[in-house]
Amino acid sequence: MAPNLTLVVAIAVLFAAGVYLLLERSLSRVLLGVILLGNGANLLFLVAGGRAGRPPIVGQADERQMSDPLPQAMVLTAIVITLGMTAFLLAMAYRSWQLNRHDEVQDDVEDRRIARLAARDERAVTDADTEATVQSLDEEAAQARDETDDGEVTA
Amino acid sequence: MTDWAWVVPLPVVVPLFAAGLTLALFRRPRLQPIVSVSALALVLAASLTLLVLADDGPLVVDVGDWAAPVGINLVADRLSALMLTISSAVTLCVLLYSLAQGRDDDEESAPVSIYHPTFLVLSAGVANAFLSGDLFNIYVGFEILLAASFVLITLGGTRDRIRAGTIYVVVALLSSVLFLVALAAVYAATGTVNLAQLAIRLPQVDPDVRLVLQVLLLLAFAVKAAVFPLSAWLPDSYPTAPAPVTAVFAGLLTKVGVYAIIRTQTLLFPGGHLDDVLLWAALATMLVGILGAVAQDDIKRLLSFTLVSHIGFMVFGIALSSDVGLTAAIYYVAHHITVQTALFLVVGLVERVGGSTSLTRLGGLAKAAPALAILFFVPAMNLAGIPPLSGFLGKLGLLQAGVAAGTPLAYVLVVGSVVTSLLTLYALVKAWNKAFWQPPEQEPRAVRMPFGMVGPTGALVVVGLLLTFAAGPLYAYTERAAAALTARTPYVEAVLPDGARGEGESAEHSDEAEPAPSPQGGEGS
Repeated sequence: MAPNLTLVVAIAVLFAAGVYLLLERSLSRVLLGVILLGNGANLLFLVAGGRAGRPPIVGQADERQMSDPLPQAMVLTAIVITLGMTAFLLAMAYRSWQLNRHDEVQDDVEDRRIARLAARDERAVTDADTEATVQSLDEEAAQARDETDDGEVTA
Repeated sequence: MTDWAWVVPLPVVVPLFAAGLTLALFRRPRLQPIVSVSALALVLAASLTLLVLADDGPLVVDVGDWAAPVGINLVADRLSALMLTISSAVTLCVLLYSLAQGRDDDEESAPVSIYHPTFLVLSAGVANAFLSGDLFNIYVGFEILLAASFVLITLGGTRDRIRAGTIYVVVALLSSVLFLVALAAVYAATGTVNLAQLAIRLPQVDPDVRLVLQVLLLLAFAVKAAVFPLSAWLPDSYPTAPAPVTAVFAGLLTKVGVYAIIRTQTLLFPGGHLDDVLLWAALATMLVGILGAVAQDDIKRLLSFTLVSHIGFMVFGIALSSDVGLTAAIYYVAHHITVQTALFLVVGLVERVGGSTSLTRLGGLAKAAPALAILFFVPAMNLAGIPPLSGFLGKLGLLQAGVAAGTPLAYVLVVGSVVTSLLTLYALVKAWNKAFWQPPEQEPRAVRMPFGMVGPTGALVVVGLLLTFAAGPLYAYTERAAAALTARTPYVEAVLPDGARGEGESAEHSDEAEPAPSPQGGEGS
């Protein structure tokens, strides 16, 4: 069975536009991208369901002419889920705008810190144990008083 | 056996029902905890029952009494039951911990009234993903737990959490779309999404198409499980959430992905295609993850990176696609869920006592809170794999499986996992030295640790120890689980007893059947 060309082209366009929008910084564009991708996936289910046919109600048509109801049920579920996710993402974009006056996806703070340190060629953590200003273990040992040892420490 | 099948849907239905109830009770903050704790306790009891029952063979429930390939079915085999038991024990402990935290301080971490319903929905989603015998229902389970996790990770809507949540949400949605595309492709190729029927039909599909399907599914699950090239989102987003939320995410959500990978690799695509790719991914996950952990200064981030790194161990076991490898991988999943959750809960306590999670600022906690020191030390050593704890047993099993496989790549992985273990030990000992032994910048606040928080944390640490002491029977159980997974027939035969239809109302009908309802129910066989 050859799939419907219109559907295939529509899916390709939806996915291309969706991926492009997903790569944007602004969360509302990302949201649009997610919606387009979701719709592309839903259309893909229609292709997966095979040839379109009569409504799949038993007794109204010959079974051979019915379309496959299962992918349609799945698409309905997927649409509902996408709707919920879209609502949440929209709320999050709005909250981000409330807090920051923009809805851009920000870099991770830690990533930026490490990138800065790498640019300056510094260590991520200055370690108190290994700093030169702190006494080394040998120096500490030399100064430690040992009751069992009567003799002088020969340095 | 069929008499007990009614237990199977309980882990999904009870939390969902309780979620609705707690939502209705949002004005009664005293009743909410009672409802949610009793619901999760019930789930734990049901999961333990399933753990025992599933040892005699998978339990199958055809939802709505529709026969298997037509309707959706829930299947509890040994793997599902084990994952369910561990996860329900963990969720119960985390819930108790967060209750005490909410009671004790009214800071940003306090559970708001939406916390209980969401947490219960999360638990229902996890259970649904574990129990589902239908690929599309696994997707639904994923979406349930993701929607709940979105709310939990942005709880309170502070600036930090929105920033971290954005990354998490977008990545999660992307993996969902991938999964959806994979589902459409699977349906187009085989005309079914029932796991058991797929196991029968997929071998007849053209090998190249099969490879495409496998890659698509593995990609979707690998994002969830945080396998290396797809793991960058995890350490950025987890640490900002409240401690109990991070704990339950770290323990469960990635493991749902690992579970899904186990299912696809054993039931749907046996024969070990892509094993080499998975082995390389496992190696990269281990090494990149642990090197990230070594570089971290913040203890929550450090633990998030060890989480990524240890996912590599599980993928290693799966990708060996031998019985011994799978046995070790399943045991390792059980061990890792408890240990990682316990560690994140302890870090919540550390933050409380020390007032920070930065390793440069923390210090002197061993003197200030000796009990906390023990609570941190035991799971930390367990994670690093110090004998005789369960982490050691799991890693030993993986190493033996790797040596038994005997290929050069398996040996590379064996060396890689030893190196990773040592680096884990280094990172955790560094955290231990700094947080507990170094002279503190300022004296730790004299904060009382409420028993409600210490108790559940201690309980999880004890569960981790229990996995060590009960390792013999448990390892035997995972061995039987792995044997059933590679054999595949127990699962398929349990779902489709006569090879075509499951038990249920529609079992009597063929595809061309008349619409008249059959007088006989499906209780027969």
